[in-house]
Amino acid sequence: MRWWHPSDVGYTVRRKLGDMGYAARLFVRLVRLAGPSFKRFGLVRDQVHFLGNHSLAIIMVSGLFVGFVLGLQGYHILVDYGSTEALGQMVALSLVRELGPVVAALLFAGRAGTSLTAEIGLMKAGEQLSAMEMMAVDPIRRILAPRFWGGVIAMPLLAAVFSAVGVMGGWLVGVVMIGVDPGAFWSQMQGGVDVWKDVGNGVVKSIVFGFTVTFVALLQGYEAQATPEGVSSATTRTVVMASLAVLGLDFILTAMMFTI
Amino acid sequence: MERSKNDVWVGLFVLIGGAAILFLALQAANLLNLSFQSTYRIDARFDNIGGLKPKSAVRSGGVVVGRVEGITFDDQTFQARVTMALESRYKFPKDSSLKILTSGLLGDQYIGIEAGADIKTLAAGDTISATQSAIVLENLIGQFLYNKAADSGTSTADKVKK
Repeated sequence: MRWWHPSDVGYTVRRKLGDMGYAARLFVRLVRLAGPSFKRFGLVRDQVHFLGNHSLAIIMVSGLFVGFVLGLQGYHILVDYGSTEALGQMVALSLVRELGPVVAALLFAGRAGTSLTAEIGLMKAGEQLSAMEMMAVDPIRRILAPRFWGGVIAMPLLAAVFSAVGVMGGWLVGVVMIGVDPGAFWSQMQGGVDVWKDVGNGVVKSIVFGFTVTFVALLQGYEAQATPEGVSSATTRTVVMASLAVLGLDFILTAMMFTI
Repeated sequence: MERSKNDVWVGLFVLIGGAAILFLALQAANLLNLSFQSTYRIDARFDNIGGLKPKSAVRSGGVVVGRVEGITFDDQTFQARVTMALESRYKFPKDSSLKILTSGLLGDQYIGIEAGADIKTLAAGDTISATQSAIVLENLIGQFLYNKAADSGTSTADKVKK
């Protein structure tokens, strides 16, 4: 392959730019379809059920175990400094600020994003989307927009559940199993966690990740090659791109939120 | 609008999510502790505030009675000016003194109020100047080394005399 040939480079750059422009246009389209989507709330509700309720089990179990691990690791670090009372604060801050939104978003990409991509990719491969267009039904309005808003609603709720269950996991290991003083555990947590700066910023992060993951999944499904290989590679790309986007955005958001 | 059995489950999901946010706000961040009590403002001047921050606690006898609202530098007296909001239900004598203390070894710094004996109580806008600065570790070490050097200086001087 002569990819270094100037004309090939130019072609690749133009195609990538075109993809980006198309993605941006689709994103704006989906955001502007908020009104019509919520008017037919039944469609959005079914998607919240499919994306949110079905992810609840994996989110809760993961949150519990992340909380367990944080409790154990945190205890063994803090015991060296003789300040195990700060365990609650440490567990709560790391969950609410970082791990809750990020790990929930990664799990959401794996659990719900892939199913969105595969569903829409198969609809495209089966020419269902073309059939809808033939019947003058806009597939973006009827299929993509409800899924988009369903994901955007479900993601922050899942992240909040993850953080809350994680805090309870840290409490189980720290207080019930190891025997850290429960009063100090909660009071240091309450002293060190700010409602708006920590919990609020975590919620903002999870909303941004909800937009990101759901949009990446829908774009990959809608742009998939209409073949079995195309759908499978689109599903893979969803997980890779959504995870990278979440981690990259997380750094940018953290830099914006917690440096000043 | 048609109803379906999904309604119940989605409702439950939203309820669980809302409960999780509520739990984080109330139990982890203690939203209700941002007291909605009415407060009155007191100023104080400190030579050195150490690591005191806005929102730090003001305690008396270990009980939180208010919060630090703002910290500014006064370039007339070259002192730090700390504004505190104390809860209106607590009254303190006019000659009360303030100390900057640390909770625990690595804990946050807070202001401790020690009540005086005056019959008049502090009113909004009063300034307390009977304050004790935060303990700065470098100054402590410096003082310790200075004393040590002074001790060894006198002892060698004694030896020379003998």
